[in-house]
Amino acid sequence: MQILSNINILIEAPVFNLALLIEGLLIGSVFALAAYGLALVWGVMNVKNLAQGDFVIMGGYIAWYLGEHGIHPLFGVPVAFLILWCFGWLIYRTIIYRVIDKDLFTSLLATFGIALVISQLLNLLFSSDTQTADAGFESWFFFDGMVSIAQVKLIAFVCAALLAAGVITFMKNSRMGQAIRATAQDARAAKVLGIDTDKVYCFTFSLNAAICGAAGALIAMIWVIQPFYGITFSIRSFVIVTAAGFGNLPGVIAAGLGMGVLEQFGGFILGATFQQAIVVGLLVLVLVVRQMQQSRHRQVVQ
Amino acid sequence: MRHFTKWTLATVASVALVAASSNANAACEELVLGSAISLTGKYSTNGIHAQNGYEFAMKKINDAGGVKVGDKCYKLKVTYYDDESTPARGAQLAERLINQDKVQFMLGPYSSGLTKAIAPVTEKYKIPMVEAVGASRSLFNKGYKYMFAVLSTSEQYLASAIAAAAEIAKSQGREPSSIKIAMAFENDPFSLDVRAGVVEDAKKYAMKIVIDDKLPRDLSDMSATLTKVKALKPDLLMISGHSKGAATAARQIGEMKISVPMIALTHCEAANVTGKFPAAAEGFLCPTQWAETLTYKDPLFGSAANYNKEVKAALPAYKDKTIPYQMAQATAAVYVFSDALTRAGSLDRKKVRDALAATDMPTFYGHVKFHEAGNNIAKPMVLRQIQDGKYVVVAPSKYASHKIAWPRMAK
Repeated sequence: MQILSNINILIEAPVFNLALLIEGLLIGSVFALAAYGLALVWGVMNVKNLAQGDFVIMGGYIAWYLGEHGIHPLFGVPVAFLILWCFGWLIYRTIIYRVIDKDLFTSLLATFGIALVISQLLNLLFSSDTQTADAGFESWFFFDGMVSIAQVKLIAFVCAALLAAGVITFMKNSRMGQAIRATAQDARAAKVLGIDTDKVYCFTFSLNAAICGAAGALIAMIWVIQPFYGITFSIRSFVIVTAAGFGNLPGVIAAGLGMGVLEQFGGFILGATFQQAIVVGLLVLVLVVRQMQQSRHRQVVQ
Repeated sequence: MRHFTKWTLATVASVALVAASSNANAACEELVLGSAISLTGKYSTNGIHAQNGYEFAMKKINDAGGVKVGDKCYKLKVTYYDDESTPARGAQLAERLINQDKVQFMLGPYSSGLTKAIAPVTEKYKIPMVEAVGASRSLFNKGYKYMFAVLSTSEQYLASAIAAAAEIAKSQGREPSSIKIAMAFENDPFSLDVRAGVVEDAKKYAMKIVIDDKLPRDLSDMSATLTKVKALKPDLLMISGHSKGAATAARQIGEMKISVPMIALTHCEAANVTGKFPAAAEGFLCPTQWAETLTYKDPLFGSAANYNKEVKAALPAYKDKTIPYQMAQATAAVYVFSDALTRAGSLDRKKVRDALAATDMPTFYGHVKFHEAGNNIAKPMVLRQIQDGKYVVVAPSKYASHKIAWPRMAK
């Protein structure tokens, strides 16, 4: 009943489609950013990082902390990038490099452990209160106030786009970027050709943490954060990467934006309960489709 | 019932007189109550508030000459154990208090969850327990006979907003049934209790619920729900999702300029919406169990304002803070207990239980009269509105210090 009438609203007042679309695209850009980091780590190191979302929340707390101390949270984006870079490096050197050549299960457990420790540490440091970094921007209103765009969300969108562009150029043109791509294609061959894969892994993991940190700083400005919110961002990243495939950067961006939009429409039509359920449902669907594609592929090979 | 109250007042007053004139205190024996309460762990902040409330009440009662039971008098004392905020530990400690320490009477723990764990134990041993901070409706449908609660249950939290909306509609010459309600409640026992109360009251006025969203536990974005609010233009928007729900709602209501004339949500104080989102939070309606500005009073603690003053004087930790209602509740629980002991005239647990069941007394925390399920049915939840950044009582009209500002004026 309610679902039908919700769909009816969208048909009768199309302006709300626009409102949901804009809202979804803006937030989706930040999802895409965190997912891109995961795609890197997954593709290059074959580590499925379950602490992805907790890196994001850490970045969020950095921006919030700066905001509380009179520094504009926008500065939190570069600061979180740097701090998380160092944190990522530390985590790689102490934990990840020990599990990188172990089986899948070991690395999953290790990163899950890291996720738990980070969220508990944040809880101890900042308490479980919900926080938000107030960037002090206004909103623009269109169509008689029916469509609103919070300026901070647009700024986050631009930041995310710039950062993504920066990372892509870096991967394409720099020496390290080439080394990373070579390692992703074939780690052994890369090693034979004189690439220090350990260094590449370390760099990749740090870069991922840094990207997450920056994404988190943006999240703290546009939404609210809490020590235990990390898991939802981990799930989103996994769904996006699984849907797009990790070698496929345009795919990751498209999937990220699409997920943002899908969440908004799902929440609107089915109710807020399904806003995140729809994401997980999508994951199942993607896996089923992938499985069918691959089984067809296997049959051809046979 | 009335004569009980008068009689109590007379006893308390005479006890106080006797205490003042002669040195009768010395003759009092000690009566030990037990309580397992969260002094560490995730509920410790509020657990300690409750403990302070218990201690403050006992000091006050003991200073006034103790509790008179029959022709004897007793000084109250509580044995506390720390339940570490875990229900299983709470139940163990209740057993220990009853079996090893031989306490005959118990004061409640902190939170509905812990109370739920301890109540079956006290019930099994027929130990009367007065609890102060477990509001969940589910505590009062188990048929417990020995558990009493001084606070209002959670389904009443936002129900008063419905009544207020109906009142406003009538004053404008509209039918209350013309009111459209939008609701967004978290999917957890407390918020669903709150929701149940709202749905029931909305049905009473035949109001129409146009949005009924359940918020997932870790939702940090409500914009889809709020877009729907923009589309459907309800007259009343209600939100309950603990402090994170309140924070998310306040933030996005401001960002999206949601112009619903009446917005009611729980946990405004805990989320500090006046401090963090002062512009958006203007005009929010927030339910509370108790406020120091209410006109309740009793002979021992005086008025609510007086309680507030005395606590601040006695406990320096609260000097610059608002006294949390959890503390006032705890104090009221001890007060009710001491009154029931006096009325029972004996320390027999059955008699004390019956006296508790017959309680009908005014306190600084509100009137206390128990339903047969054990919850207090005489004290309403009060609704405060944020006006000029301050919380002022606007409903029920009997206790209101300000008129409700309608429509709300977001800055």
